[in-house]
Amino acid sequence: MNLRDRLSRAGTPQNLFLADRSSRRALRDSLDAAARVDVAERLAGRSVLVATGGQMAAALAMIALDGLVRRMVLAPPGMTAEQVPGVLADAEIDLCVTDAGCPFRAALDGLPCIEAADAALAAAPDVQQPTEWVLTTSGTTGAPKLVAHTLEGLAGGINTAAAPDPGTVWSTFYDIRRYGGLQVFLRAILGPSPLVLSDPDEPVREYILRAAEAGVTHILGTPSHWRLALMSTALPHLKARYLRLSGEIADQAILDLLRGAFPEARIAHAYASTEGGVGFTVEDGREGFPAGLVGARTGIEIVVRDDTLHIRSNRTGRRYLGEGAAALADEEAFVDTGDLVERRSDRFFFLGRRSGMINVGGAKVQPEEVETVINGHPRVSMSRVRARPNPILGAVVEAEIVLRSDAAEEADPAALKTAIIAHCRPHLAKHKVPVSVKFVPDLPLTAGGKLLRRAP
Amino acid sequence: MTLRSTVIAEIKAITRDHDKTMPPLTDDMVLMDTEFDSLCFALFVARMEDHLGVDPFGTMEVADLPVTLGDLVALYDRAAVTEAA
Repeated sequence: MNLRDRLSRAGTPQNLFLADRSSRRALRDSLDAAARVDVAERLAGRSVLVATGGQMAAALAMIALDGLVRRMVLAPPGMTAEQVPGVLADAEIDLCVTDAGCPFRAALDGLPCIEAADAALAAAPDVQQPTEWVLTTSGTTGAPKLVAHTLEGLAGGINTAAAPDPGTVWSTFYDIRRYGGLQVFLRAILGPSPLVLSDPDEPVREYILRAAEAGVTHILGTPSHWRLALMSTALPHLKARYLRLSGEIADQAILDLLRGAFPEARIAHAYASTEGGVGFTVEDGREGFPAGLVGARTGIEIVVRDDTLHIRSNRTGRRYLGEGAAALADEEAFVDTGDLVERRSDRFFFLGRRSGMINVGGAKVQPEEVETVINGHPRVSMSRVRARPNPILGAVVEAEIVLRSDAAEEADPAALKTAIIAHCRPHLAKHKVPVSVKFVPDLPLTAGGKLLRRAP
Repeated sequence: MTLRSTVIAEIKAITRDHDKTMPPLTDDMVLMDTEFDSLCFALFVARMEDHLGVDPFGTMEVADLPVTLGDLVALYDRAAVTEAA
């Protein structure tokens, strides 16, 4: 199976479209136009980095490249020029599909490149090969880790045998080049159903109105996206039948708010990650998940070890790319998700990440990266960065700081706090800058001398 | 400082730190229709919690969700009263 075959087999109805903020493409026209044999020959068998500015160009490239190239790496929004060399090496990239909107185009200098608009015109391959799909995820050092998947694995949680509900139109608040958004892209293409793409620079009101106008019925967002959407006057325009939440812990408050706003809709919160794939989807309107989901079911087995979820299924990533990359799964093929859970009677509840990684509205923050910057301030001895619960984004970043002894008698602690936060701003993405700072006399260490991250 | 002026001062400080251009802050301004994005909003709620010791967003119903700046001030007003009671 590849995406193009799947669309062709479905007959690619004329009303099937991909839309973004500036355009709407009939997929039938895109497929009919894809006849450039020369482009297909350049792409065939290559390891390709898809590095476009917007999602539309990436979407059309994904359809054209699947089944044609050996490997397709999806550069996520927010990828920086500094991260490019590592990705090129780890994925053995020998060709880039890019466009003028790519924010790190200069970093691709010297590599063979094909314009995304041309790549979308590649003719269907004579000989198909299974394409390895590669997604990025954040690593502790700030360098992205590359997670290789198969299309079958990525689509493993999607019922491709059943036709979509009549009238289904998909949309996603978040980017289709990340795992959760890619799930929606694949649902739309494999359905097939139309898909409305979001835009990071578009105010939430305009996006919701645009989605409503396009007849969106099925829509994905993080709990944070939904909290914002609920504060928009535009939301009642959206006639959604299916609301999906993923990318963050869905708490009872957001599930109840959405139920109040969409009394008739199916509301599902999915547990999924780039490495672990789609674990399960919960539709009973309650936070956490039924204890019965732990154990073996068709195609997936979930166990709890040391309070952490482990998943074994054909939907998990196959491996990390790169020389000397860590193993993605253990010898028994279980992927350690790093997600801590706690059982209370017949249900499990999510407690956060074992690594201390902070999820700010779906954007990951490694505490070590922030601590390194804070520790560069001349008055700071050491610091610990933790999640501070936040009703809008789920969590924001908070720092506990031990001052150098010569600074302990600080005359104006409030001014020093402001100065330390200001020191962080030029070095960190906005969501990584601590919202608040506390001065503490010391910080707990483990027996091994590492900073203790799990809350005591 | 009145609660209203605290709200306005925080919105101004956050939008300045984040290079956002805001329209005049009037009671009927719809925050979500401006450049005040989710991160700005999250910062705002955290800073207000530091000022007032309350987070009215932690427990609320759809009808309480603030749409306009006036709604937001009223929400914190009610929360501050509840906290004092």
